[in-house]
Amino acid sequence: MKNLVILGAGTAGTMMANHLHNELKQPDWQITIIDEREEHHYQPGYLFLPFDIYTPEDIIKTIEEFIPKDVTLVKKKIDRIVPKENRIELANGTALNYDVLIVATGAKIAPEETEGMQGKEWQKSVFDFYTFEGALALRNKLRDWQGGKLVVHITEMPIKCPVAPLEFAFLADSFFKHKHMRDKVEITYVTPLSGAFTKPKATEALEHLLHEKNIHIESDFAIEQVDNESKTIIDYGGREIPFDILVTVPTNKGDALMERSGMGDDLNYVPTNKATLQSLNYENVFVLGDASNIPASKAGSVAHFEAEILTENILRYVNNEPLKEEFDGHANCFIETGGGKALLIDFNYTHEPVEGTFPFAGIGPLRLLKESRMNHMGKLAFRWIYWNVLLKGTHIPFVSATMSESGKHYA
Amino acid sequence: MEKTIAGKTIAVNEEGYLTDFSQWNEQVGEELAKEANINLTPRHWEVLKYLQKEQQNQVALSIRRVGKSGVVDIKEFYSLFPNAPLKTSTKIAGIPKPASCI
Repeated sequence: MKNLVILGAGTAGTMMANHLHNELKQPDWQITIIDEREEHHYQPGYLFLPFDIYTPEDIIKTIEEFIPKDVTLVKKKIDRIVPKENRIELANGTALNYDVLIVATGAKIAPEETEGMQGKEWQKSVFDFYTFEGALALRNKLRDWQGGKLVVHITEMPIKCPVAPLEFAFLADSFFKHKHMRDKVEITYVTPLSGAFTKPKATEALEHLLHEKNIHIESDFAIEQVDNESKTIIDYGGREIPFDILVTVPTNKGDALMERSGMGDDLNYVPTNKATLQSLNYENVFVLGDASNIPASKAGSVAHFEAEILTENILRYVNNEPLKEEFDGHANCFIETGGGKALLIDFNYTHEPVEGTFPFAGIGPLRLLKESRMNHMGKLAFRWIYWNVLLKGTHIPFVSATMSESGKHYA
Repeated sequence: MEKTIAGKTIAVNEEGYLTDFSQWNEQVGEELAKEANINLTPRHWEVLKYLQKEQQNQVALSIRRVGKSGVVDIKEFYSLFPNAPLKTSTKIAGIPKPASCI
């Protein structure tokens, strides 16, 4: 019997377990998935938690209920991977051998990378919303905050869900309007990028929205430190931005396991072929989701598209067939813009987000790069789709793993 | 797009980055630096040569990586190329603007 081992039972790992258990069956194959955690969190929900739109119950389920019965779930901490010997060593001293390994250990925040970020103001006036604890602490703070300077900040790229901080700024605008205190809150969006987003057409649309919502933007800001005394963030060029509440997206890094195993780059991401999703250094190791270093967005939608292609490539690999170089960096993201509306963007490695209709050319019903209520309904419906369709590895009708150019208005 | 610099016609993109590194030489670099109000010192050149070497080796450039290179720390990188050091320095070095990705 051969062993396929998946590291990480988050969005990416869970989808792979569901895809592969129908393909690689006992007695020929044993599939094992390893994750020390008990809970599976719907991470996009962290965005809504601070504004009391979602409750913790909406976004937390058990890992177990999404893992197929014929896949072995091991809830143990992983000490290291020994890729040259095809072995996983667990923290309790036991080891597992694998024939094929899938790395899906994700990315997480590393506030310790920035001086002063985890100082005495951490979770008092300095918050993150990329963890459950951070989002909850921020919710409690916002519930009775009287107003002042709200600074929404990105430390450095790449980050998970690169549109989330923008959505946070838009939802904050909407939140304070509803509380009739928007005039008491000054919102500033601070980014290391030169504009609101990395791609020109989307940047234009998003900057227009920031302006319309009276959100000030500070670009090209590379943070050096958080000064807890003066409550300012300071960049390497000496620029200072004061805050009463700082909502920051700290540096994101891959799992420290990659460092312990000597398999990661300087941010602990695993060097990966961006078209086949095979590790560049070990041919029986595959990487999907946020754990890889491919130049695609770190987002659940990307992991979903990758999973369809990776399933095929793993079957090809075990049958000694050449891998398909098919992954195109396809990402599909709803961007909440507040007031019950949202934008939708659909793009890949080579095609930036543009206007158009989705998924049906000329019909929609969703509109690309334009605010609409239908897009917002799509975003809310997505939570149901996530729990009931996406994690189970079911194909989402009409949305292909590779990006479609039809219905999109390229200049 | 094309522009004339240091008596040479060079191809640039809409943001002013060279599209063909073979058209770059040190005089072009000097002139591009002047456009950014920077007088190049030997220290600047060490950083520019390092960036060109990394580009040649297809290393994805980021402020973090430059800061950990041992060639220059981030603080000095900012003092050499104020405001947006990576964007300014890569333009002067004649290499593409680093894609800060997605």
